[in-house]
Amino acid sequence: MSSNTPSSSAGGVGSADSAAPRRNSKRPKYSKFTQQELPACKPILTPRWVISAFMLVSIVFIPIGVVSLFASRDVVEIVDRYETACVPENFRNDKVSFIQSPSTNKSCTRRLTVPKRMKQPIYVYYQLDNFYQNHRRYVKSRSDSQLKDNSSWDDISSCKPEDDANGLPIVPCGLIAWSLFNDTYNFSLNNQQLVVNKRGISWKSDRDSKFGSDVFPRNFQNGSLIGGKSLDPTVRLSEQEDLIVWMRTAALPTFRKLYGKIERDLQPNEVIHVTLENNYNTYSFNGKKRLVLSTTSWLGGKNDFLGIAYLTVGGLCFFLALSFTVVYLVKPRRLGDPSYLSWNRNPGGH
Amino acid sequence: MDSESVETFYSVESALSSSSIRSNFSIQSKASGRNSIREVNFGDLGSKPVRYGSHGAGSETYSISMSQREINDEDARLVHINDPVQTNERFEFSGNSIRTGKYSILTFLPRNLFEQFHRVAYIYFLVIAVLNQLPQLAVFGRGVSILPLAFVLLVTAVKDAYEDYRRHRSDRIENNRLASVLVNDQFQQKKWKKIEVGEIIKIYANETIPCDIVLLSTSDPTGVAYVQTINLDGESNLKTRYAKQETLIKIPEKDNLTGLIKCEKPNRNIYGFQANMEVDGKRLSLGPSNIILRGCELKNTAWAVGVAVYAGRETKVMLNSSGAPSKRSRLETHMNLEIIFLSLFLIALCTVVSVCAAVWLRRHRDELDYLPFYRRKNFSEDGEEENYNYSGWGLEICFTFLMSVIVFQIMIPISLYISMELVRVGQAYFMIRDTQMYDESSNSRFQCRALNINEDLGQIKYVFSDKTGTLTENKMEFQCASIWGVDYSGGKAISQDQKDGYFVKVDRKVLRPKMKVKTDPELLQLARNGKETEEGSHVHDFFLALAACNTIVPLIVDTDDPFVKLIGYQGESPDEQALVYAAASYGFMLIERTSGHIMIDIQGERQRFNVLGLHEFDSDRKRMSVILGFPDKSVKIFVKGADTSMFSVVDRSMNKNVIRTTEAHLYSYSSLGLRTLVIGMRDLSTSEFEEWHSAFEVASTALMGRASLLRKVASNIENNLCILGASGIEDKLQQGVPEAIESLRTAGIKVWVLTGDKQETAISIGYSSKLLTNKMTQIIINSRSKESCRKSLEDGIIMSKKLTTISGTTNYTGGTSGAGLTPVALIIDGTSLVYILDSELEESLFQLACNCSVVLCCRVAPLQKAGIVSLVKKRTADMTLAIGDGANDVSMIQMADVGVGISGQEGRQAVMASDFAMGQFRFLVPLLLVHGHWNYQRMGYMVLYNFYRNAVFVLVLFWYVLFTCFTLTTAITDWSSVLYSIVYTSLPTILVGILDKDLSRRSLLKYPQLYGAGQRQECYNKKLFWITMIDTFWQSAVTFFIPLLAYWSSTIDASSIGDLWTLAVVILVNLHLAMDVMRWNWLTHAAIWGSIIATFICVIVIDSLPFLVGYWAIFEIMKTGLFWLCLLAIIVAALIPRFVVKVLYQLYVPSDVQIAREIEKFQTQTESGAVEIEMNSILDTPRR
Repeated sequence: MSSNTPSSSAGGVGSADSAAPRRNSKRPKYSKFTQQELPACKPILTPRWVISAFMLVSIVFIPIGVVSLFASRDVVEIVDRYETACVPENFRNDKVSFIQSPSTNKSCTRRLTVPKRMKQPIYVYYQLDNFYQNHRRYVKSRSDSQLKDNSSWDDISSCKPEDDANGLPIVPCGLIAWSLFNDTYNFSLNNQQLVVNKRGISWKSDRDSKFGSDVFPRNFQNGSLIGGKSLDPTVRLSEQEDLIVWMRTAALPTFRKLYGKIERDLQPNEVIHVTLENNYNTYSFNGKKRLVLSTTSWLGGKNDFLGIAYLTVGGLCFFLALSFTVVYLVKPRRLGDPSYLSWNRNPGGH
Repeated sequence: MDSESVETFYSVESALSSSSIRSNFSIQSKASGRNSIREVNFGDLGSKPVRYGSHGAGSETYSISMSQREINDEDARLVHINDPVQTNERFEFSGNSIRTGKYSILTFLPRNLFEQFHRVAYIYFLVIAVLNQLPQLAVFGRGVSILPLAFVLLVTAVKDAYEDYRRHRSDRIENNRLASVLVNDQFQQKKWKKIEVGEIIKIYANETIPCDIVLLSTSDPTGVAYVQTINLDGESNLKTRYAKQETLIKIPEKDNLTGLIKCEKPNRNIYGFQANMEVDGKRLSLGPSNIILRGCELKNTAWAVGVAVYAGRETKVMLNSSGAPSKRSRLETHMNLEIIFLSLFLIALCTVVSVCAAVWLRRHRDELDYLPFYRRKNFSEDGEEENYNYSGWGLEICFTFLMSVIVFQIMIPISLYISMELVRVGQAYFMIRDTQMYDESSNSRFQCRALNINEDLGQIKYVFSDKTGTLTENKMEFQCASIWGVDYSGGKAISQDQKDGYFVKVDRKVLRPKMKVKTDPELLQLARNGKETEEGSHVHDFFLALAACNTIVPLIVDTDDPFVKLIGYQGESPDEQALVYAAASYGFMLIERTSGHIMIDIQGERQRFNVLGLHEFDSDRKRMSVILGFPDKSVKIFVKGADTSMFSVVDRSMNKNVIRTTEAHLYSYSSLGLRTLVIGMRDLSTSEFEEWHSAFEVASTALMGRASLLRKVASNIENNLCILGASGIEDKLQQGVPEAIESLRTAGIKVWVLTGDKQETAISIGYSSKLLTNKMTQIIINSRSKESCRKSLEDGIIMSKKLTTISGTTNYTGGTSGAGLTPVALIIDGTSLVYILDSELEESLFQLACNCSVVLCCRVAPLQKAGIVSLVKKRTADMTLAIGDGANDVSMIQMADVGVGISGQEGRQAVMASDFAMGQFRFLVPLLLVHGHWNYQRMGYMVLYNFYRNAVFVLVLFWYVLFTCFTLTTAITDWSSVLYSIVYTSLPTILVGILDKDLSRRSLLKYPQLYGAGQRQECYNKKLFWITMIDTFWQSAVTFFIPLLAYWSSTIDASSIGDLWTLAVVILVNLHLAMDVMRWNWLTHAAIWGSIIATFICVIVIDSLPFLVGYWAIFEIMKTGLFWLCLLAIIVAALIPRFVVKVLYQLYVPSDVQIAREIEKFQTQTESGAVEIEMNSILDTPRR
């Protein structure tokens, strides 16, 4: 009817072939993209998919959990908390004055028994608790340009309140460097010195690119308040590995820093004597200090958490897979059944 | 519309109808519809008198019917004709220049910024940016914090400026148009903006009227001017306007025409005007038929002279175009609320941080001086001890609070606003490019004029549609005729030989009707054979009646071919036009019409008939008649009218068979949705004629009660008619309209039709567009007073309640379902609405309308349309959409939540005012059901996802702050924080917001009910928001605490664990998105996996910069197995709860969309054929 009436619009919209293409036609060009008909995959969560996804997760996670747990259990770790033990009895009530007094004897001897065979390399860490190396005031108080380049040795604008002493810039400036950890450990086994290798404990990238080989400590720990370890002004910063390790600020208030490596195996029940200099003041903020000797696994140190987490998630997924299977078997729903559509389900006017 | 002007308006009609103050409350039920043939009215056969009677003087007609009320001097405006200086003495009347632009150069910046800062979020970001400028609080770089906000503001401002520039430009064009104005007794060209009230203006044919003018004289000796009011009310037919007899004779250039017009203050009522004019000491009253409004076009009249009474913004058309309010999408409005929740949440986080900080500082207040990581004391300055960067406990807490606001600022996602703009642009691109919304006949694409309400298209509950030009093409078409009991409806095709249609040769020139009508070959043959046979003579009389019994004016137009001229028919009623065109096609071509005679070319032979008398159509008689004096001196009366009124005056004793078969035909025509008219005639004897003539003379010169006298005269002569036959006219609907309405109603959208047409026309369109069905009960409200309105409404509510509760079901899906339920249709007219709108009756109307599945409003003025829209808008939270094509729909389009303009034949005003414009009504179906659904689903998901995405990141930062002495250190580098919402995660969400489809177009059209998802706000609501937030909490906790516990008391440094958190969050949010993507095409793949890879690259690049703290951290940590195991554990553990909930929902409480997706996936092969057909019926195939 439309084709012969004078007023009808020419042809249907869909019948592009019928009318000769009009000049200046604004008809949009057809393409799969503009018509939003790009070939696409339409995933649907069928019960089979869901159950196999859960099964897959549990199959992957449970073995990883088991392996992680074993790896963590294989790690042998000796932890010795010494911050109280290394304060003489008479100073126990006023540890701060003990640590601040220059005259007290800070030396202290600890005995560590090796519980299991430890394979080399054995890493020596010190662990601090309740020390906020991630405090905003603290992390900002450093000058990376000064550390890297001798020519910008006076770039101390960001180092307050430890930027200069006696009118001269401090290299390395800032709170972080100032508070460098200064307890020292000497190990002996059967009265024989156990060599602790302090080389290569920092990141190579830091030594190469962050800490300049032409930068030497200047005017360091010369202020009225000594924060920590002094640095040998003749040793270039790129070789001050204790500093480099310390300057890589820890993420969390409980952290370990690598002190050195013992490059020999230790046998069970061997007793290590540690002579330590208890210099670092953690007493003013109730910080704990620990000495840690630990082997490593592929997963790092001793930490069961990840293994347990994996086992939990894997187990949960296995349980979910089972329960979905059961629920699906008990009460299946046919997918794509039009009778479930709300207007079919609720036969109001029919 | 104030009541006074309304009364004025209706007083015209009230003069014609005796029962002007009455309530016409009728119920046509299905049962009565079966027995009696549905009443189809004359439609537009013109309620206004047209002056083709045998009597000339007509100007008094109005002064009688006009209410002679005085206009108070205070309420009046005095216009001195041809004396603008005196008229404007007090400078109270505005000039004729108009301004639709929002801003000027000076006001742009403040006003635009003011409007932009209506968004809560923008103010928030401004505050943050300002805070960050304080040295104590500088967390991020100064410029960086301002940049995003500045960018967003700038882009929006440029967009607004461009839009306003376009408005200014069109104003300038309009203001600088030229018109002839009488200056110093000579007509001179003057710019529109210079025209002043009181000036005399001369307008030539086809010119647009520059301001509202009172007619003084026209080229026609009787003072008639024809105007087209398409820009005002959307009606394309010609209206007649009259100049007063007293001014008619004056020539403005010579006679010094002076006088005083006293008229009412400018108002919005385009159908009402009340004034009086003093000329030469005589006082004349003026009515709506004496004024021509701005925006009309003068047609078919060589020139017209008038005096300007309203100018510029005081013209009725300008008063009717209410200013464009800036629209904001529903979703965005809701979103603002959620943003307030988020800010409360943000404040809570910041409070937690600052309270903890306060406690910590208090507990360690004695240690702070020497604490290695705090060191309050600064000893470096010459041994003096002073506090370093410490301003006291209280201030430190304050600073902590403000700093935490700055650090956690992306909790309120500013990037969301940019993403939303981008997504809307993308969605608009696809809507514009949709080939199924391209209109071939007008060669117009879909247009997206407003870019911020795309998603509202998915939530529409009410559609308000104009009729003329929107549902219909506004072209009446003669379809079939029943003559002397024979049905001729075989007009199937125009055969080859008659392709050019009928034509007449005059002086070697071919005269051809402008519009071709398909003809029934058999009938055509009969018509050609002349009136030798009995059959032939009936056919002859029938078509003669069609050609003569009307008020149509023929217009001869030149064509390119000098030998071909087209004859066009102009008149107020499109039905009459269609009939005259039909008569012309069958060889009865009306050539000329003057007040005294008509010239008809009958099968090539010109015949002249004297028009001895003409009885106008009126709404009581529902018929009109013409008395023709034939060349052979015989006199006949031809009558045409609605079937009910005609059968009462037909001589039943004659030709019972013919009457019976005609009735049967009428029924079948009307059930096809055709508008039917019955034609009858009678020979008049000389005595009868004489008797009538004297009665007519008396009646037409009577001073009082002239109209009723005339009606009486007419009724006396229109009787004992011999029925000739009936005609069926199709008010041609636009292609696909019934199917579109059906789909919309199945989708749960209520369709209201608001039309300026008469009630009968509206109802018949209602039937043909399937809006009304025979099953429906109609409640009709035609009231002429407030009291009767109230009563009708109350009755209506009771009635509708009874009907809708019988079946015990609610008409939830808009009354689609059948048997027990009786759908109710409400039909209400403009007069009743005058009393209802803006009064306490609105509430009852709304209640009634809610019970009805269909609402038809007829004879509504433009502003009433807006009133009805706002009536619904005010009372429900549901979204409204208005669709229309003419200038009369502008206010409705602007009032509705979404305004759609039909761009097509008629003016551009509707399109200019609309948010979306398209070529055809039926495009509403793909627009709402497909694009609206998609847009809503996408936008809803995107907003939720953006909230989640930013909140996860903020919470990870927050957890870390708890382990840093509450000092707002971030392990994640500043760079990553900035890049997070810009680079790491933005592209996938934008792309998914543009491209993801939950369902294919095919399914959405197959199951229109799926549209309900948007109406029920399934994709974005408070519940989803809170679920998302709980999920966010869990995910952030998993992301943070798994590495924390795994790396507790290890050598991990802040940068390394920060990189782990960065990567974990980014991979997590991207996989979260991936889990929810419904349709994976290569772009989605590229965006999601690409973002993850880009993040790795960015993190690696950042960690390769030696001057940053985190140098080489990523390489160190990536070497360890723990890193990768943490990543895997985080992602799986974080997503499990969401996945489980999603699976449970999808399998056991599936939404309709979910089931439809499954159907799509598993049953496409089996059902594709059926769907194809269904889809075609909506989109492609023409009706029937």
